[in-house]
Amino acid sequence: MVKVINVFKRFGDNEVLKGINLEVLRGKILVIIGPSGSGKSTLLRAINHLETVNDGEIWIDDVQVNLPLKGRKFEKHINRIRQEMGMVFQHFNLFPHMTVMENITMAPMLLKKLPRKTAEAAARRLLGKVDLADKVNFYPAQLSGGQKQRVAIARALAMEPKVMLFDEVTSALDPELIGEVNKVMKKLAEEHMTMLIVTHEMRFAAEVADQVIFMADGVIVEEGPPRRLFYNPTQERTQRFLAEVFK
Amino acid sequence: MTGLNFSVLIEYYPMLLQGLLWTCILCVASISVSLAGGIPLALSGISGNRLVRWPFEFFIWVFRGTPLLLQLFLIYFGLPQIGIYLSPIVSGILGLGLHYAVYNSDVMRAGIVAVERGQHEASRSLGLSRAQTMRKVILPQALRNVAPALGNNLIALLKESALVSIITVPELTLSAQRAISETFRPFEFYFAAGAIYYGINYFLELGLKRVEKKTALSR
Repeated sequence: MVKVINVFKRFGDNEVLKGINLEVLRGKILVIIGPSGSGKSTLLRAINHLETVNDGEIWIDDVQVNLPLKGRKFEKHINRIRQEMGMVFQHFNLFPHMTVMENITMAPMLLKKLPRKTAEAAARRLLGKVDLADKVNFYPAQLSGGQKQRVAIARALAMEPKVMLFDEVTSALDPELIGEVNKVMKKLAEEHMTMLIVTHEMRFAAEVADQVIFMADGVIVEEGPPRRLFYNPTQERTQRFLAEVFK
Repeated sequence: MTGLNFSVLIEYYPMLLQGLLWTCILCVASISVSLAGGIPLALSGISGNRLVRWPFEFFIWVFRGTPLLLQLFLIYFGLPQIGIYLSPIVSGILGLGLHYAVYNSDVMRAGIVAVERGQHEASRSLGLSRAQTMRKVILPQALRNVAPALGNNLIALLKESALVSIITVPELTLSAQRAISETFRPFEFYFAAGAIYYGINYFLELGLKRVEKKTALSR
C-alpha cells in the first residue's frame, strides 16, 4: 500500500533522512517513534510530498508519488495522488474562515464535484463518527483543541483516502484532550484504515500499532511489532530512548 | 456680500445633489477597480516568476511614484494624443481605481504573506491546486485580516475623488465650485460639500465596521 524505498532528504548540509525503507500493507498501522529531530515528521511529510525528497522513491499502491515530472504535469499528478492520502497535522490547520461543515465539504465538492447535499450528508456521518455531530455550524475558533483535531480528521476522511497520515496529532493538545483524539484513531484502526502515525504517545502506540519503527538521526534504528520493540528492544539506541521516555 | 447666508443652499441643492450622485458613481466604480485590481497585483508581487513580477512591479512603481493629479491629466489630456479618447468619468474611475489598486495590492500582499504556512499545507494535502488553495483558503483569510487597512485606503480614495473635478467630472467639488461661481458664496458651498463628504464617509465606515464584526468569529 505505502512503500518508501531508499529515501534521502537534505536541508542544505543537514541530512535528515538517510536511506529510509519501509512498507505498510493495506489495513495495517505503522507507528513511527523517535526523539525530536530524528526525521520522523519529515518522513511523513515526504510521503505526502510536502517535503521533496532528494533521492529514493515513494509509492502509494502502484503509483509513484515523487514522479520525475516537471511543472504543470507534476502539479496535476501530485494533486491527484494527494487525494488518496489524508493528512492530519500537529496544529490542526483547520480553515478558520469556514464552519466545521464547510471545512469538511469544501474539498469533496471542489475536487470530487459532489453535490452539496451528498457532501453534507457524508460530513454529518463523519462528524457523528468523531462525536461532533452538534458542532456542524461552529467556527474553529469556537472549538477546543481536541475538537479541532477531530474535525481535522473528519476533513481528511471526507476525501475517502486510502491511507491516513498522522503527524504528532496530539502533541499540541492539553493532556486531558489527548484521549478523545486517540479514541477516534482507534476507531479507524478497528475499521482497518491503513495508517502511518508519528507520535510521542508510547502507550497509544503500543495499543494500536501492527508495526513500530524507531527512528534516530535520520535512519531507522529498529523496527518490529510493538510487543517486541517496546519490551525487548535489541538496539542500544532504542533502549536508551525508551528508558528516557518511560522514566 | 458680507456675513454668511446658508439659505442659498436651498436654491442650489439640485446641483449639490447631482454632485453627490456623480461622486457616488465615481467612488463605487473606482473602489471596485481598486479592489479587483489589487488582487492580481498582490499575487504577482509574491510570484516566484520574475517575468510575471517585473511588469507589475514597474506598474506599481509608476503609479505610486507619481502624483494622482498628474496621472489624471495624463489619462484625460495625454491619451487622446495616441488615439485613446476616454470620457471624463471613465478617466476619473481609471485613474483613481488604478492608483488605489496599487495601495490596496500592498496591503493585500502583506495579508497573503501573513496567512500561516499550515493553511497552505492543509489545503494542498487535500489535493487542492495552488490556484484553488489561493482562491478558497488563502485569499479569504488574507482579505479578512487586512479589512481595516483596506478600509483606510477606501476612505482616502473617497476624499481624493475631489481631484477628479479638475478633469471636468461634475462631482461634488466641481458642483460646489459651479454654484460658487454663480453665487460668490464659497464658504457656504465648500462647507456644505465638506459636510456631504463627511456623511458619505460616515456610511462607508459604518459599512466597514459591519464587515469587521461579521468576520470576527471566522478569524
